[in-house]
Amino acid sequence: MDLAIPSIDIASLGPELILSIAAILVLMVSVFLPKERKDPACYLSLLGILFALASSVTLWGKPKYAFNNMIYVDNFGLFFNMVVLITAGIAILMSINYLKEEGMSHGEFFALILFATVGMMFMAIGSNLITIFLGLETMSISIYVLAGFLRERDRSNESALKYLLLGAFSSAFLLYGIAFIYGATGTTDLKGISVFLSEATYLNDPMLLAGTGLLLVGFGFKIAAVPFHMWTPDVYEGAPTSVTAFMSVGVKAAAFAAFVRVFSYSLWNLQPDWVLLMWILAVLTMTLGNIAAIAQTNIKRMLAYSSIAHAGYIMVGMVASSELGISSILFYMLAYAFMNLGAFGVIIVFERKGEKNLDIEDYSGMGFKYPALALLMSIFLFSLAGIPPTAGFVGKFYIFGAAVKEGYIWLAIIGVMNSLVSVYYYLRVTVVMYMNEPVKEFTGITWSPSMVIALIIAVIGTLLIGILPSPYLDLAKQSILLMM
Amino acid sequence: MLDYVWLVPIFPVIGVLINGLLGHKLSKRLVGFVACSVIFFSFALSVLLFLSLLKLPPEARSFEKIVYTWIATGDFKTNIGFLVDPLSIVMMLVVSGVSFLIHVYSVGYMHDDEGFRRYFTYLNLFVFSMLVLVCSNNFLLMFVGWEGVGLCSYLLIGFWYQRKEPADAGKKAFVVNRIGDYGFLLGMMLIFVTFGTLNFYDVFQSAHHNFHVGNLTITAITLLLFVGATGKSAQIPLYTWLPDAMEGPTPVSALIHAATMVTAGVYMVVRCNVLFTLAPISLTVVAIVGVVTAVFTASIALTANDIKRVLAYSTISQLGYMFLACGVGAYAAGIFHLMTHAFFKALLFLGAGSVMHAMSGELDMRKMGALKSHMPRTYWTFLIATLAIAGIFPFAGFFSKDEILWNAFQQNTILWALGAGAALMTAFYMFRVVFMTFHGESRVDEEVKEHLHESPPVMTNPLIILAILSAVGGFVGIPIIKGANFFHDFLAPVTGGHAVESAKITLTNLAYASGGHASAAEAGHHSIGLEVLMMIVSLAIAGIGIGLAYYMYIKNPSAPKKLAQRFTLLYQLIFNRYFVDEIYDFLFVNPIKRGSTLLWQIFDAKFIDGMINGAGQIVKWSSVGLKRVQTGYVQNYALSILIGVGAIIVYFLYM
Amino acid sequence: MPIDYIPILAFLIFALMFAVGTIAMSSIVGTKKTTPEKMMPYECGVDPIGSARRRFPVKFFIIAVLFIIFDIEAVFLYPWAVIFKDLKVFGFIEMGIFILILFVGLIYAWKKGALEWE
Repeated sequence: MDLAIPSIDIASLGPELILSIAAILVLMVSVFLPKERKDPACYLSLLGILFALASSVTLWGKPKYAFNNMIYVDNFGLFFNMVVLITAGIAILMSINYLKEEGMSHGEFFALILFATVGMMFMAIGSNLITIFLGLETMSISIYVLAGFLRERDRSNESALKYLLLGAFSSAFLLYGIAFIYGATGTTDLKGISVFLSEATYLNDPMLLAGTGLLLVGFGFKIAAVPFHMWTPDVYEGAPTSVTAFMSVGVKAAAFAAFVRVFSYSLWNLQPDWVLLMWILAVLTMTLGNIAAIAQTNIKRMLAYSSIAHAGYIMVGMVASSELGISSILFYMLAYAFMNLGAFGVIIVFERKGEKNLDIEDYSGMGFKYPALALLMSIFLFSLAGIPPTAGFVGKFYIFGAAVKEGYIWLAIIGVMNSLVSVYYYLRVTVVMYMNEPVKEFTGITWSPSMVIALIIAVIGTLLIGILPSPYLDLAKQSILLMM
Repeated sequence: MLDYVWLVPIFPVIGVLINGLLGHKLSKRLVGFVACSVIFFSFALSVLLFLSLLKLPPEARSFEKIVYTWIATGDFKTNIGFLVDPLSIVMMLVVSGVSFLIHVYSVGYMHDDEGFRRYFTYLNLFVFSMLVLVCSNNFLLMFVGWEGVGLCSYLLIGFWYQRKEPADAGKKAFVVNRIGDYGFLLGMMLIFVTFGTLNFYDVFQSAHHNFHVGNLTITAITLLLFVGATGKSAQIPLYTWLPDAMEGPTPVSALIHAATMVTAGVYMVVRCNVLFTLAPISLTVVAIVGVVTAVFTASIALTANDIKRVLAYSTISQLGYMFLACGVGAYAAGIFHLMTHAFFKALLFLGAGSVMHAMSGELDMRKMGALKSHMPRTYWTFLIATLAIAGIFPFAGFFSKDEILWNAFQQNTILWALGAGAALMTAFYMFRVVFMTFHGESRVDEEVKEHLHESPPVMTNPLIILAILSAVGGFVGIPIIKGANFFHDFLAPVTGGHAVESAKITLTNLAYASGGHASAAEAGHHSIGLEVLMMIVSLAIAGIGIGLAYYMYIKNPSAPKKLAQRFTLLYQLIFNRYFVDEIYDFLFVNPIKRGSTLLWQIFDAKFIDGMINGAGQIVKWSSVGLKRVQTGYVQNYALSILIGVGAIIVYFLYM
Repeated sequence: MPIDYIPILAFLIFALMFAVGTIAMSSIVGTKKTTPEKMMPYECGVDPIGSARRRFPVKFFIIAVLFIIFDIEAVFLYPWAVIFKDLKVFGFIEMGIFILILFVGLIYAWKKGALEWE
């Protein structure tokens, strides 16, 4: 028997390896640390993220396949790597004090964040459906646990269980889809699939189309597209707030990375078949997310629906799928990371142990009591609503611009009308903060240094991208060169 | 050194930030100091830039500093970028220099006003916008400055917003300016559509190489741009806002409505001289509008009794001169007059302000007289400015006005004759002001008389500096002697030498120029003797005007009344400013008001509001409905996923 | 292509019909005489003591999970051992890393007290 030993190219897996090792070290360090003294664990995890970021930068601009074409380290993947790494870093900074206040400061938390990030990164660089699926599962399992991390709290448990059940359900669909695609094309390699499709004469193979549909379901679940979105509000509301922040950005970014790679490149020849469906899903997702957000009274739930709506905006970019469309997705993801993390950061600062201060009502009069916090919140919400000069505005501008350029005028119009609707519920928080009298005593907030750093990064990101967008747009454009 | 050009507009922003954000915590002294010093820094930096520009050879005197890419989307790309060339540096020097003096003057003038801090914040903001306007290297950034100065003008005209007149005047200025801005905006869009860029250099290069003289697109662009210029620079038909703008504080009138902002239109036309030169029809329009405005408004100034209104109409008239210069292709002459006018008109306004200060706010010249002995410094500086604007040798106005008239004469004698007529009226009404205010018998109210005093040094020192500039400022552009017209040579890289020739040819070709003797060949080799003769003629015209004023207001004070009685109809027509405001009200304002009331009550209140509120209601109901769907049961969620899967599979297999 | 799957479809339908059919037949045809003994859960013939829905210590669960992990490790080790010679040093290192990671897990579980019964 002759075994082909795959070529080992450790360097191209640098960021993932560094982060995995960091995660294992964090786990080991944290069990040997005394209880309630877990700071070294989080410093170690931040260090790991920094090194992984540095490693990603060194790989920039030199796309190559590795490990028998299982991964493809290109700028596109690296861009998403950086986005999820930044997200993880900010989420960790936001968690440190939050966990202490909740009395749940365990090293496992940071290890799980890192493991989830590793999974996300594999989704971003995976060039084989199997790699993508493995990355997705690594990410998902970590997130299931993270969602239930506050294990003494009912809602947290409920959130974890719901996510686990529905997540497993959707993973099955994804896997089923992969199986169908394999059956139809004889490969799970993304490039192989695209080669097969470009040579195939008969593209209406039901197996192929069913596989495509099931993949759409699998990814649609992770990005919270309607009608696979039902879990989102419950899970986001119940999960620890810093985990909600992490998953609302990280999971979405990773899922979109894989989604775009599979649909806009690998299954590009089927574009005429899926584009209308994507169009409908985008419209449904935007509209439903925005309309449902209006009636919410809990701010985390409101942001959950808002994140559904944002998934819809990004899907508009996928419908366009031109070079401009894809690069605007990347750009939007970066902008979304900063503004959404920032908004959740403010919620964390204001939240009190035991899910207190999470109703929008509680924000009444915050503008006078905590002007800095209210100002930050306003900036992030303005950005989410897409008001200049913030990152959200530029992101929406490019996405809808791409849609118009590809001829999807109505889609862009619906998108713009949706962002109009969204202004209502984002601004409602601002109005409550600045124009209402406080409904109850403020209990005092704590500014921990790590949280301050996280919020500063988020606000600088939000404003910088909004005011000086072109370098970041160039970065996004560079990222989609030499894909596949 | 030239790299630091972006700092020129940044300094005033620092002032705005300090005074606007922290002003309420600072003392008045400090606020005034900050406001003045930031402008001084801008001025000092402009001087340094000017000196380093001089070191370069003339053909290399153009420097672009791109700060960063502002907007980049598809084909549309615009930078935040600044341009240093002879034209912009002249404007920077004039704007920052005159602004600095007026800031200093304002410290004294506004000392007792409650809105002291607000005033200086606005004033600094204005200087910032104006500097952005003149430093920009593209149309879009220029438009930002253009709108910025409009905003500041609005804020400062309505500075005393508690009173109705200033608030109304501010609104009027804003609305009338918007009409012009619309033209500018359309012109800018047409430029982008035609050239694919908004960068000055690229547009002008492309226009120069790819378009012929008389191209219709270029003509449309320039006409639209000129509509913008008529709004900002108060030319017929959009001049009506400027006299009303005198409701603002007097230093504001001096700075914004005489020396700087209103000249933005002239600057813009000169900046786009490449385009205008390609569009002879536009040039003709510019020249005619300019000269007609000059004559028309000068005649209104003859009868006005409000000292500031006289100066306001005089400003419009002088701006008309500048456009006349542009229209006959003498761009450098236009800018030259812009500069000298900035000196003497600012001085006149500040002098008027000083008089007002002494007279407890009185503006009616019929209640003045014989102030000369009470306020000598104000009198002498005011007199210098009057001599300058009347065009008496060797004051600044003589050189610049004469250059314009000489250029007009070379083109077309009708233009020259009208210009000369306006010059006659200018000399007359300005000396009328001087005689009525400072000479003759005192008609001052008794209680006011007791308080008559010279203004403090902080106000008179700027007057003296401006007086010196008004007296000698013309020597940078001495005509006839070759090489002595430094100003003209300095601007030559921007304004070009060919402009005059092409404009000349087209003007003589036009039918209206029936009386034009100056053929291209003659004008090309004009004789020095003729030029000197024309100078003497201008001087004589000014002298006649002064003499008339002297006769009517000193020698024979009853003459004006008699004249008014004899020509009652004409006098009433002029005295009521040709009823232009009333005509505009009747033709445009009232119909629009009525129409908009109708729209508001029927269309807006019933239809639009109903639609908006209805849409809001529907969204709210559906939101509550969706909330019910969210049951919290995992099995329902799974069912939703399953339905989605079913729908997608059905779609793929059967669609 | 879809025609190839007709047998599978037929099989599915047949299986469904068989399952539904037998249950339906027995409930229709069969007589129902319920006695307490008949309703009892079947526990290999032994009488059940108390309810089956009882709490039991979570430790069992942890042990079970740990068992699965090491069980699967063993599953991987068998094929590896069979072709160990072909894989050479590469295989050795790979398996070393794999076992190391599992070992880290064991240390973690141990330190957390997962192996302590009391």
